[in-house]
Amino acid sequence: MSSKTIFDKIWESHVVHEDKGYPAVLYIDTHFIHEVTSPQAFDSMRKKGRKVFRVNRTWATADHNVPTLNQHLAIKDLLSRHQVEMLKKNTKEFGVNLYGLGHPFQGIVHVIGPELGITRPGMTIVCGDSHTSTHGAFGAIAFGIGTSEVEEVLTTQCLLQNKPKTMKIEINGKLKEGVVAKDIILYVISKLSASGGTGYFVEYAGSTIRDLSMEGRMTICNMSIEMGARGGMIAPDEKTYEYMKGREFAPKGNEWDKALKYWKSLPSDSGAEYDRVETFNAWDIEPMVTYGTNPGMGVGISEKIPSSIDMKNDSEKNQLKKSLEYMGLKEGQPMLNQKVDYVFFGSCTNSRIEDFRLAAKVLRGKKKASNIKAYLVPGSKQVEKQAKIEGLDRVFADAGFELRGPGCSACLGMNEDKIPPGKYCVSTSNRNFEGRQGPGARTILVSPLTAAATALAGKIADPRIYFDKNTI
Amino acid sequence: MRKIKIIKSTAVPLPTENIDTDQIIPARFLKATTRENFGKNLFVDWRRNEDFVLNNEKYKGEILIAGRNFGCGSSREHAAWAILDYGFKAVVSSFFADIFKNNSLNNGLLPVTVSQAFLDKAMKEIETNPKTEIMVDLEKQTISMPSINMSETFPIDPYKKTCLLNGYNDIDYVLSLKDKIISYENNRKHE
Repeated sequence: MSSKTIFDKIWESHVVHEDKGYPAVLYIDTHFIHEVTSPQAFDSMRKKGRKVFRVNRTWATADHNVPTLNQHLAIKDLLSRHQVEMLKKNTKEFGVNLYGLGHPFQGIVHVIGPELGITRPGMTIVCGDSHTSTHGAFGAIAFGIGTSEVEEVLTTQCLLQNKPKTMKIEINGKLKEGVVAKDIILYVISKLSASGGTGYFVEYAGSTIRDLSMEGRMTICNMSIEMGARGGMIAPDEKTYEYMKGREFAPKGNEWDKALKYWKSLPSDSGAEYDRVETFNAWDIEPMVTYGTNPGMGVGISEKIPSSIDMKNDSEKNQLKKSLEYMGLKEGQPMLNQKVDYVFFGSCTNSRIEDFRLAAKVLRGKKKASNIKAYLVPGSKQVEKQAKIEGLDRVFADAGFELRGPGCSACLGMNEDKIPPGKYCVSTSNRNFEGRQGPGARTILVSPLTAAATALAGKIADPRIYFDKNTI
Repeated sequence: MRKIKIIKSTAVPLPTENIDTDQIIPARFLKATTRENFGKNLFVDWRRNEDFVLNNEKYKGEILIAGRNFGCGSSREHAAWAILDYGFKAVVSSFFADIFKNNSLNNGLLPVTVSQAFLDKAMKEIETNPKTEIMVDLEKQTISMPSINMSETFPIDPYKKTCLLNGYNDIDYVLSLKDKIISYENNRKHE
């Protein structure tokens, strides 16, 4: 029997059919939908007189467009309101389960799936959103799809897919203090580039990965798309099963025992082969900060922005020049002490309870700098509730912040939480593209620790100076 | 689904690399609930700069020729809709992001992957001579620029090629396998 990777095992057990010369017909266990990438799919199905094939495998939430203040009131922006209404109308008409605004389970789709126990090891999971890779942290094949594919999955519960190549990214060793999951993935992308993973499905492995909590693993898998990878996954282990146990929709009783047996069979066999392997040493990683306009343009917080002479070729030189012009930064400039205007804690990358606990550890008993405006947006109603139970909302309020309601918020500025043109925003989100957080907005990606330190200093700060060894 | 056989046209040169889908169609335009009219917001923020190529009358055509890693970032299919609605039928680049490539193929927008050398020469020629014609032949999988005697074959997934040539879409094919899907569901050993 040949050695198989976890990807191979899950792929093979989900192929319904494969004709010669055709992509595989892959069964999709779980389909998450949200208001932005589903309306045209439902509309098309309505016109063709089709039903959703498996409503019990389809889960909806409203996250991209929703306001983060006064969520109980009608959405002010008419287009946003209409789109969120459409999701309500479509899910009702087609019989799909919706956790919309006002529901205690509502939140960012990639936060609520795992916290509700919907996401499970060994599943195939898709959503019309590229950060669907987040669910790979549980040992699932999870990836983003476009609206036409959303229609395909709603109609057939299957997706035609060519099998991608596999890449193992192995990270070993102990992380330095103050270095967290977000820094790991920013570091990896800075080494592999924004296109380095294209065509591959990644498996993250190694002792550093094993040491991460489930939320840390979600942060890592979440940003797989930022190196162009189809998705990224981490084999399940005791931490995974511990996380899943007792969750709302997690299997229970006999079903749990059966599921556990299946999940334990999933990790890659020793000797399994990958198309490509990249290895990194955890000790080389320091808190990361991006300076450019794609997530691969990042450096360690104590390092300087590269210079043109460091670039390998003309195209890299041009990219650097264009990015720095947009960002209003200079070649060779240190990122430390760069003045900023906004700090955003949120997004499917870093808006879970552990992220807020990390931020609170730095912020506790201190006040934010007067030049900083901040958005603190929990990933879900459940995270918001937990943060309040733990008194984190008071820590934030004392520091001069406001804990808002859940949604994608300033990650992509579809709602009112936009960063104004020319302003710098240090953000725990996943993309620093031109105009991502608002036209002309300048995004700097960091970990929740670095974001908290920056909020106190009013400029980019190394989180390691803000805590003593015993507290984090 | 629109059919493609041959595209013969002048091209619009956009040498910038790593063009992400937030540039192609910013998030604030994703609030629409239909597929129409995205073309007017194609590269809308870059168009504010009067030097941007789409503002330059000299460059027109059904082909967009762009720097490597085109379409990276968000999975928004709206990016493909915007490019098509604007009037393009093909995008030529040396490297496409996966999700964007799939979205294009599913909408009858042809992504043509060429070598970096071809891309660089083509870009230079078109920038200098905007009336340069490019011919893309899907059946033969060739892209040629007769005026500079340059041509290359391009790769394309054979199934997608058949779909584009004939106007087929994935859903019809998968729907035809409904019985197999149900049989799979009934026989699977685990969730």
